Amino acid sequence: MSTWLVIIIGQILVNNYVMCQFFGICPFLGVSKKVDTALGMGLAVTFVITIASFVTWLVQYYILEPLNLVYLQTIAFILVIAVLVQVVESALKKLSPSLYQALGVYLPLITTNCVVLAVAVNNITDGYNLLQATLCGCCSALGFTLALLILAGIRERMELSNMPKWMQGFPGALIMSGLMAIAFMGFGGLI
Amino acid sequence: MADQKKSSFISVFLNGLITENPTFTLMLGMCPTLGVTTAAMNGVSMGLATTFVLVCSNLFISLLRNIIPDKVRIPAYIVVIASFVTMIDLFMQAFLPELRAVLGTYIQLIVVNCIIFARAESFAAKNPPLLSIADGLGMGLGFTCSITLLSMVRELFGSGSIFGLRIMPEGYLPMAIMNQVPGGFITLGLMMILVNVIKKYASARKEEKLA
Repeated sequence: MSTWLVIIIGQILVNNYVMCQFFGICPFLGVSKKVDTALGMGLAVTFVITIASFVTWLVQYYILEPLNLVYLQTIAFILVIAVLVQVVESALKKLSPSLYQALGVYLPLITTNCVVLAVAVNNITDGYNLLQATLCGCCSALGFTLALLILAGIRERMELSNMPKWMQGFPGALIMSGLMAIAFMGFGGLI
Repeated sequence: MADQKKSSFISVFLNGLITENPTFTLMLGMCPTLGVTTAAMNGVSMGLATTFVLVCSNLFISLLRNIIPDKVRIPAYIVVIASFVTMIDLFMQAFLPELRAVLGTYIQLIVVNCIIFARAESFAAKNPPLLSIADGLGMGLGFTCSITLLSMVRELFGSGSIFGLRIMPEGYLPMAIMNQVPGGFITLGLMMILVNVIKKYASARKEEKLA
């Protein structure tokens, strides 16, 4: 039981992929201008990462290891992720047009979101079993969504405030993220 | 003709290195930029590894640009890029195991570095091989320069040294936060402000000259 709790709290707060480990910074800075788009991106990422953690785990232990092809891990995983994103996109288009409307634009971007690949690789290095790996994927994605939402909320307010011209846009967002990361460091002693 | 070719080669190269510097202008490849830049040596090696992958993938995608069908281009690019990343990863595991241990997953993550993807899509897919190599070299070295600069600043304040050489005086107390996540964000933010100010100054001087 405690292992599960450690994974959940660890992935969302203590080892948050964006705030504590520097993964997924591009979408973090790119799609955090508005809360709505941030939420859409976060949901799409959560969806894909959860499935990707499940599938890449199976690929690693049932295809790559028996065939002694572990050195092809990077290629195999990124292909799985790219294919998965395509499949999710077409499936959503058919099954749930309204959800597709909401998430559609973000889906192609997920292939190059490094959180997805990082989670898949770390699941293997940490030696999780299938269920733990899937849970870990889901929680990491929730952590990503949390960080994205917080920054988007702050940036919406920053738009309205009177900032020096040279700090508007990315520099301001970066310094803001730095301050957020300091706050996240406070979770360090939780586990 | 030869002269013209040479000048376009150089201008494409300089475009990547300075005008459209991937880190400070295009805002691409942020994860390794922030993730590995705690020591200057890591910055240089990460930059060079990325440059290698970028040049090779640009060359091959440019050679294959008329063969790859438009619809499957993204998976095709990914396979090309991932092959070169695997090569550099295996090379580092064999010959530079310590460096590989420090850089960790970030080497594998070169695959999803948006700089490489963006250059494949927007440059190599439309231009001949030689120009694509120039673009890869320029962008790659531009990336290397900016992350080396960033890591030098972070190493100087975080450990009081640059490339392992002690710079700060004996009594200097290292700022531990520079080696951690917040330091990375804040240093990059401050450097970006500096770049913006310099750019503004430069363009104002240019206008003055024209007027």
